[in-house]
Amino acid sequence: MEKIVFKKPDSMTDATMHYCAGCGHGIIHRLICEVIDELGIREKVIAVAPVGCAVIAYNYWDFDVSEAAHGRTPAVATGIKRVLPERVVFTYQGDGDLAAIGTSEIIHTANRGENITVIFVNNGVYGMTGGQMAPTTMIGQKTQTTKKGRSVKRDGFPLKISEMIALLEGARFVERTSVHAPKEILKTKKAIKRAFETQIKNEGFSMVEVLSMCPIYWGLSSVEACKRIEKEVIKTYPLGVLKG
Amino acid sequence: MKKSKIQNPKSKTKRILITGNEACGEGAIQAGCRFYAGYPITPQNELTAYMSKRMDEVDGIFIQAESELAAINMVFGASVTGARALTTSSSPGISLKQEGISYLAGCELPAVIVNIMRGGPGLGNIAPSQSDYFQATKGGGHGDYHSVVLGPASCQEMFDFTRMAFDIADRYRNTVIILGDGILGQMMEPVIINPRSQIRNPKKWALTGCKNRKPNIIRSLLLKQGALEEFNRKLQKKYDLIKRNEIRFEKYRTEDAEIIIVAYGTSSRISRACVNRLRKDKIKAGLFRPISLWPFPYNALKSQDKGKTKFLVVEMSMGQMLEDVRLAIQDDKRVHFYGRTGGSVPSEEEIIGKAVSCKL
Repeated sequence: MEKIVFKKPDSMTDATMHYCAGCGHGIIHRLICEVIDELGIREKVIAVAPVGCAVIAYNYWDFDVSEAAHGRTPAVATGIKRVLPERVVFTYQGDGDLAAIGTSEIIHTANRGENITVIFVNNGVYGMTGGQMAPTTMIGQKTQTTKKGRSVKRDGFPLKISEMIALLEGARFVERTSVHAPKEILKTKKAIKRAFETQIKNEGFSMVEVLSMCPIYWGLSSVEACKRIEKEVIKTYPLGVLKG
Repeated sequence: MKKSKIQNPKSKTKRILITGNEACGEGAIQAGCRFYAGYPITPQNELTAYMSKRMDEVDGIFIQAESELAAINMVFGASVTGARALTTSSSPGISLKQEGISYLAGCELPAVIVNIMRGGPGLGNIAPSQSDYFQATKGGGHGDYHSVVLGPASCQEMFDFTRMAFDIADRYRNTVIILGDGILGQMMEPVIINPRSQIRNPKKWALTGCKNRKPNIIRSLLLKQGALEEFNRKLQKKYDLIKRNEIRFEKYRTEDAEIIIVAYGTSSRISRACVNRLRKDKIKAGLFRPISLWPFPYNALKSQDKGKTKFLVVEMSMGQMLEDVRLAIQDDKRVHFYGRTGGSVPSEEEIIGKAVSCKL
């Protein structure tokens, strides 16, 4: 007798993902879908996709999704949630979308205490446009626009936006996790679930920052990219609950 | 969402003295708009303040956004759900909203945007102007798109046109811009508020959660070879339909006119007085007032041309609608222009002087 021990979440489509080998987006997409299945909210979810590698997330998610202009994702989510407060609304944003061009929107959305959930994928680089420096790029990291490595003098410091948001009274739950190892992936799922539950309980703004791999624009193998997060990235971006 | 008829039997027609900004806000409320996001900017602040008060009264949503960008994108989000949504601003703020308007066009989302124009470019000044005509009627943001643009000329029209704008926006899944100016926004006139029932068709494309249906997607990214061209051609067909259905204009004493002043909004009001004064002096003058600035009433204007008719375009700009009038008439030497700019308003004497000189 056959027994199913592992399957695709119901909230996921059958489409083949376009992401590069070793990219973390596929894992994070799946975790979100698992959580949505477990909470039984697929028919209540409305997602807002960013501009960046994850712009066509709707090809993989089997629920309602809207695009948004670059960085305006939380403003769009605000409009949706205010009109439909009973729906579960989340944004999925990269570090360019959230921490650079959309800094104003994310800060003010959190500060208003909008009852939405933000999944913030931090891989420290602009993937879709070819690997330019992001606000979250590590000091010394080589990118297309920091050929000699990010210099503090020229480029300033890595932006710890989750720490900033955790300071805001409107933010109820903020956690930083990673998907570089199985144990961390499980913790990420738990954090995503808690974030959605925060919203479902009408407690206010929730956000999970997920450290993720971009082997292509880090110039590393998939395995080396995971190791880099463990050895280097979490020193600048420590994991754990920042608020809540 | 089911087809619904919204009617308030208790509300009666009333006549009240209000500013154009407030009339515009009330028009939105009467259209069933229950979502407003805006950012402070003069000379439209009364409108934002009015919406904050009225939305509370009608259990609607009012958000004072952190920026013009956030405001237009909150409207985008509200429109995604199928709600009737409004944002308002003045020239520099409307420039900031162009990104959002382009995305609304790309996603075919209905929304109403009000521009109470002030002097530009740059920070300019806070005096009335008509110098955003190009921006409003030719697209404004990036890409091949158009917003429907209506030019009111009284507080009553600020009310009527804003209310009507929501119907047009929903009918075509398109943005509609109300192009007013600082005078229209801030002056007070009696306005007749005549409640009416409204038929609202369900928006099957809206995102409401995929209960009992396949998921809906709102998108403007079309990467597949040829997909964007196909979409833009589809948009163009919609615009052709709008051009057939939504042309609006007013003619005043044009039947036997030898000189026709072409003006919209505040300029048209001043020009109307000029027509009356010119007629008293036995000069056969008339006024043609485009109401829909896009689609522009090219054919209606051309049909006023008796071959030797002179046209005088009057604007509070250096000549923007002038280009559309030239396109309509196709004889530049008979199309004259008088404009004041930078927040200055043309006087009757100036316009009459110019009309007499082009008549010669």
